[in-house]
Amino acid sequence: MQKWLVKYVMLWVFFIPGLVNAASLEKSVFEKTLGNGLKVIVKEDHRAPVLVQQIWYHVGSMDEITGTTGIAHVLEHMMFKGTKSVPPGEFSRRIAAAGGRENAFTSYDYTAYFQQLHKDKLELAMKLESDRMHNLVLSDAEFAKEIQVVMEERRMRTDDEPHALLSEQLMAMAYQEHPYHHPIIGWMNDLKTLTAADARNWYQRWYTPNNATLVVAGDVKASEVFALAQRYYGKIPSRALPSRKNYIEPKQLGSKRFIVKAPAELPLLVMAYQAPTLRDPQKDTIPYALEVLGGVLDGNQSARLNKTLVREKQVASNVGAGYDSTARGPSLFTIEGTPSAGVSVAALEAALREQIAILVRDGISPEELARVKAQVTANEVYKLDSVFYQAMQLGQMESIGLKHQDIPVMLEKIQAVTAQQVQDVARDFLKDDNLIVGVLDPQALTGKPKRNTGGDTHVR
Amino acid sequence: MFAKSFIVALSLTLGLVTLAHATPKIQHWQAPSGAQVYFVENHDLPMLDVSVDFPAGSGFDQAEKSGLAGLTRSLLVLGSEGLGEDEISRGLADIGAQMGGNFDADRSGVSLRTLSSKAERDAGLKIISSILQHPLFPQGVLEREKTRLIAALKEEETKPESIAAKAFNKAVFGDHPYGMPSSGEIASVEKLQRSDLQSFYTTHYGAKAAVVALMGDVSRAEAEAIAQNLTAQLPAGGASNVIPPVARPAKASMLRVPHPATQSHILVGAPGVARNDPDYFTLYVGNYILGGGGFVSRLMNEVREKRGLAYSVYSYFIPMQQAGAFQIGLQTRKDQADDALKLVNKILHDFIAQGVTEKELQAAKQNIINGFPLRIDSNKKILDYLGAIGFYHLPLTYLDDFPGKVSKVTVADIRDAFKRKINSDALATVVVGAPDAADKMDNAAGADK
Repeated sequence: MQKWLVKYVMLWVFFIPGLVNAASLEKSVFEKTLGNGLKVIVKEDHRAPVLVQQIWYHVGSMDEITGTTGIAHVLEHMMFKGTKSVPPGEFSRRIAAAGGRENAFTSYDYTAYFQQLHKDKLELAMKLESDRMHNLVLSDAEFAKEIQVVMEERRMRTDDEPHALLSEQLMAMAYQEHPYHHPIIGWMNDLKTLTAADARNWYQRWYTPNNATLVVAGDVKASEVFALAQRYYGKIPSRALPSRKNYIEPKQLGSKRFIVKAPAELPLLVMAYQAPTLRDPQKDTIPYALEVLGGVLDGNQSARLNKTLVREKQVASNVGAGYDSTARGPSLFTIEGTPSAGVSVAALEAALREQIAILVRDGISPEELARVKAQVTANEVYKLDSVFYQAMQLGQMESIGLKHQDIPVMLEKIQAVTAQQVQDVARDFLKDDNLIVGVLDPQALTGKPKRNTGGDTHVR
Repeated sequence: MFAKSFIVALSLTLGLVTLAHATPKIQHWQAPSGAQVYFVENHDLPMLDVSVDFPAGSGFDQAEKSGLAGLTRSLLVLGSEGLGEDEISRGLADIGAQMGGNFDADRSGVSLRTLSSKAERDAGLKIISSILQHPLFPQGVLEREKTRLIAALKEEETKPESIAAKAFNKAVFGDHPYGMPSSGEIASVEKLQRSDLQSFYTTHYGAKAAVVALMGDVSRAEAEAIAQNLTAQLPAGGASNVIPPVARPAKASMLRVPHPATQSHILVGAPGVARNDPDYFTLYVGNYILGGGGFVSRLMNEVREKRGLAYSVYSYFIPMQQAGAFQIGLQTRKDQADDALKLVNKILHDFIAQGVTEKELQAAKQNIINGFPLRIDSNKKILDYLGAIGFYHLPLTYLDDFPGKVSKVTVADIRDAFKRKINSDALATVVVGAPDAADKMDNAAGADK
């Protein structure tokens, strides 16, 4: 359900392979809000003598404005460049010496920093993390070096990755007013013109305790975490936050199409449908039904798309579907596929449309519905094997305007989804006026035109 | 002041070593089938993780049938006696079970994560039991999967990181099996037949070579029964499980490959270390300082932090049955690739020639030893260790010994081990998207020092 390319929406400060999404049972979760507005959430899990501290700032690339795209992520990088009392690089050295692992990530919706450590090291982590919440030094010299790193990151992740280019263009096509239009990492031209002053301005506006959630999970006692948090974060003064714009993407007036040309062997087709996200976890029904629909189409290797198009008809070598119900802004329900050798993109699109038509006409079987729900139930148990992902989900929920208490509600609501609701959302959302179609048109590496015969040529 | 804080940290470190009794208690036995079994009983979570591994990785491929091991592993889970591929995937999804597994040059295997409640557990185990012991390698599925694999291999030929990885393995290992691409070549995959898969399976998936790892919510008696049920009807086996030793290149090589990407992908390295080599821990600790330690490594500090030349720069050893690769990698804008490569070479040469400082070594030990609990903080991580301990015949006390082995490493050990293992005059270098490679696609051996 979570594997489509647009889901790679987080940029890490350095590369970590294989992070997955998370949701967890809400046992032993405690919360307290400090006087300065910082919300502290503790998840006790005593299976191993380890802990994770995560600080989530409720600001992401969607809070940027044209001309300074990428600044949220650049600031994330700059947060490792020293404070008044901790020189550049020293934060990482102290965490490393304590046996810790650390990183940070930026999404459209939020920016977060974390350390994983032995359970005895929480105070060190809090001391360092609280310090850079209000004492960051943003020097022109460090900025000048780090912006080069970020440009290399953009080249590596996007400019030289045809699927990422397609994803970037898809967002730009899907959203005209909403700031999801812009890539998290920023447009290259903006990166070239950003300044240290832009970073300082961003930090001043958004990095304040009343715009953050602190999550600590692991072998800790909530009362001790609250006391330490009060000691280290409690003294940081809050500041008034800038007002946030409420973006409402204008209604799409008909289907859109675009092509991305890039060096590659195989084409990729993506069909994305405008879709809503969860606003009221108790009352909403559509986002839950869309989640189940994603599972029916692509929840296992014999789910509809892979079974029909890859295994039986063999018109695709890969297919996928994805939808994320939780975000500050709107979402897309995406279906993607790579045509088999000798199959045109148009033929694959027709085959995908046929699957949608069958779904809308006939709905889903009770077995398909039960299968998706069984997977959701089991995943809730499996997620308990990772303290990190449990913390991740708590922070994510708080950062997008929901509450961690909504997590169990959402699980109940998913289990309550009916086959009729799934058929209804397929009919209401998977329709042409909601659709953006993108195609990766593969180009020969030499720049010469590629023979378009279904892939017998390889150009080195 | 620094010295003092190091003494304090070191005594903390020793404190943790004694704490290391918090390692999981590993039970080991041989199943009646002949399979070696490794088990950690833990009832904290209502779930079970199981893996079954065989010496059946791509290192056991013959060059003319390169890709056979990988395709055998792919087809293993796509049809067995009484179970079509859809029944397998649906059967697992119906109980919320997840199937996975190892595949690399040494190892091939299947793993299962399932709820431990009896109905779910039995259903999941029944499916992987059938997959492992009665695979059918259906002809139609084989044809389809070959077509998909060939498409993927063609795609890889266009991606700079894949081109670089393939060329690097060839440059480091030559004709040794570790030099072959793990998924095979288009030409060799095209020729593979169902009988090839059946024969590879029959000879490489024998019970006596199998390693079963179990972690989680079952009793010892249940674990014994599960391990036996998963292996009793495995085929005869009998193929050698030994990978030939790796010959170390005698001289340096340099391959520059043109590519329209905006960045050059640079790989530098050599054969590294085998899993059972006594130098392993020394090289591991040394490599933390060179390029394994995230933000605090020399490569990260010089290449990224000081000069902003790359987002990602790293070094690592891949310890295998024989000496797997030692590899340094980075990506950087084309016009500065040559400068970045010079810098990386200088860092590596200095490292091999002069070794590390006492201060660097202390910092490395602090991280590795103090961070030891993070290595075993989940069922999944423990399962992975069980599989590796079994497959590479590591001592059952491997996890208990780990902090102690790290703490014994000295500055002299690191300098000595790197000098013996990595010849800085015989490094393989691959640059894909090379700045000046557009019109000369050569394979000139030699010097870039």
